[in-house]
Parts: sequence; C-alpha cells; structure tokens
Amino acid sequence: MKVHLSHPNRDIELQGPKRVADIFKELQLIPEAFLIIRGQDLMTEDEIVKDEDSIEVRPVISGG
Amino acid sequence: MRCRKCPQRAVLGMPRHNTAYCGPCLTEFVRTQVQKAIKAQTMFSPEDRILVAVSGGKDSLTLWEILLKLGYRTDALYVDLGIAGYSERSHEKVERFARDVAKACGSKLIIHTVEEDAGAGIKELANLIKRPTCSACGTIKRYQFNRVAWENKYDVMATGHNLDDEAARLLGNVLNWQEEYLQKQSPTLPASVEGFSKKVKPLYRMTEREVAAYAVVNRIDYLVEECPMSKGAKMLVYKDVLNRLEAESPGTKHRFYWGFLEKQKKAAESTPSMTDSDQATLLPCETCGQPTTAGTCTFCRMMARAKTATH
Ligand code: SF4
Ligand SMILES: [Zn+2]
Ligand SMILES: [Zn+2]
Repeated sequence: MKVHLSHPNRDIELQGPKRVADIFKELQLIPEAFLIIRGQDLMTEDEIVKDEDSIEVRPVISGG
Repeated sequence: MRCRKCPQRAVLGMPRHNTAYCGPCLTEFVRTQVQKAIKAQTMFSPEDRILVAVSGGKDSLTLWEILLKLGYRTDALYVDLGIAGYSERSHEKVERFARDVAKACGSKLIIHTVEEDAGAGIKELANLIKRPTCSACGTIKRYQFNRVAWENKYDVMATGHNLDDEAARLLGNVLNWQEEYLQKQSPTLPASVEGFSKKVKPLYRMTEREVAAYAVVNRIDYLVEECPMSKGAKMLVYKDVLNRLEAESPGTKHRFYWGFLEKQKKAAESTPSMTDSDQATLLPCETCGQPTTAGTCTFCRMMARAKTATH
C-alpha cells in the first residue's frame, strides 16, 4: 500500500493488507496525534487497509 | 466499528468517551459540544457579533464553520504574517473558505497584513528588533485581533484553541509555576477595561483530533502544513507527552483541564476578579490608547524599535 506522510511530505510503501492499528504500531505513531484517510474517508483503527490502497496519515497536532 | 448512535459505519473512535461515531453523528456531537461550551462559559448570545481569528488551519476554519452552522453572526480576521510560501498558502485557504462557504451566510473576511504595520514580514521584523519570531508574532496577533474587534464594535473575539492547546498550556504553566498566567487560562476572558474585547475559546471541549476529524468529514479545506516557525516549539513537546498519557489512560487531557476550570471557579469566589485586577493595573497606551501595564504598550514599543533600526 501507498502511505502518504506529512511534515515533511513523503510517500512510503507498506505491505498490505493491514489493520489501521497495526500501521500505527509499525510506524511508531500515537493514534491520538493522527488521522488515517482513504480517499476522502476517515478510517477507524480496526479497519483493514488493502495492499492496493493509498492512504494518508495526517498529523492533527499544531504547534503555534 | 459501528456508530454508537445509528447503524452506520463509524469514522472515528473516541476512547475518552468510550464511543464511536459515523460522520453525521460526529458532526452533531461536535456542534452540540460547542453549543454547550458557549452556554457553560457564557461566551455569547445569538444577538452578539463575533469576530473569529482565522489562520487557514483546521481549528480556526472549523470554528468559523460551526459558528455559522449554529446561526451565530460571525465574521473573521486573518493576519497575514508575510512568511514566504506559508503565508500565501494559508491566505489562499482562508479566502477560499470565505468565498465558498462563509459568503452565502452573510459572513465577511477582514485581512490585516504585518507588512502594513512594520514594512516587512514577521521574520524580518523579529530579526530587526532582535526578538524570537514567535514572541513578536504573538504580540502582533494579540494586538491586531483586539484592535480590530474593538474598533469594529464586535461583542466578542473567538479563537480556535482546542482541548489539546489548553491542556498543553496548562501543563507548561504548572511545570514552571507561572501562577500569574493561570487566571488568564479561562475559556472566557471578560472585556475587563475600556479597549479590551471579550475573548472566548468555543472549541475548548474538543480534542485536536476530534476537530480535525470534523474538518475532514465536513470537507473543510484547511492547510495541513504548519507554520515553518513552529518547528521545535515547546508546546509540541507538552502535547506529545499528554497524548502519550492519553493513550495509557483515555480522558487524561480533559480531566486535567476541566479539573483546573472547576478549581478556578471555586477560587474565583474568594479572590478579586480579573476585571478588578485589570482595572487596577491597566492604563491606555500613550501612543495608541490600547490598555497596557507599561506607559507604552509592547506593540508600540516594538514598532518604534523597528523604525529606529531601519534608519
Ligand atoms: S509558529 Fe510562531 S511565527 Fe508561526 S504563527 Fe505561530 S507564533 Fe507565529
Ligand atoms: Zn451515526
Ligand atoms: Zn500602543
């Protein structure tokens, strides 16, 4: 699967299928600080991302 | 995961409330929470005119959208900081929201640029007067939001600060025992003296993640990119620590901040009110007339320093 990350903008590849919760673990991210978006839709942690999917891991924490 | 209120697929789990919502139920939940915040902290009424401070980020655009959806008389102010790239992109998001969403509700956007005050962007100005960019920026934004709200006779000025912002700030203030700042950490600050607008934070009950989820669900086109100057900000460290605690024990952030508000409410009965203490310590600035504790306010001193530095 294609995974888009921000700050800085970059794309990485992960092996699918995988649960959203496991993607957080693999990338060592705290779920509270991110949203997972597929297309225009939010995904909850129990959902499965397929190998052919593209997702965005969007940070929600602002620093100002 | 299913929505707890209807048979739809959930889009957001909310461990702190032990629940999950679909898009429409999340939208309803968030708007209800904002309405509760407005009532509980006596922020404003439907007759009041509100000025929202917008940056193009998720919190401020979401706040603007919610207030319009709830039927409040709301306009917005954007302060263009003149930071190459970032300011153009955030400006564009704000303009687009004003055109595509706000205009139809009769809501307008006011724009102020740092350049018209200082003849340069915020980075150049901070350099010139030898102050950290974020501290100069904070002074300018506070000053201009207050001035524009006051001069245009808005009843109240609203900012998009959320639960994470307030909990992180509280943690910072407590770690350093900055007691004098604690009183100013209420979601509603009164228009204590002539020249000061009332200030409110209607999103204080929502976590940053819930606000972002609302923005995605409601297709609010905000700027995900952060101000480049925020890199390494202390606030980000506090927020990270709190989110680690939140993961271990959901609800930590709201217990921490709401507990503080409870204690503050009790303490307020026995200590002089902020209005009293402000009236005792604030006088009009000799240059611009805005309330200040010094003879000349921080903003005017900054501008004077910038002028001498360029000559
Ligand atoms: S990060 Fe600093 S310079 Fe950027 S908007 Fe926030 S306070 Fe201003
Ligand atoms: Zn639902
Ligand atoms: Zn002044």
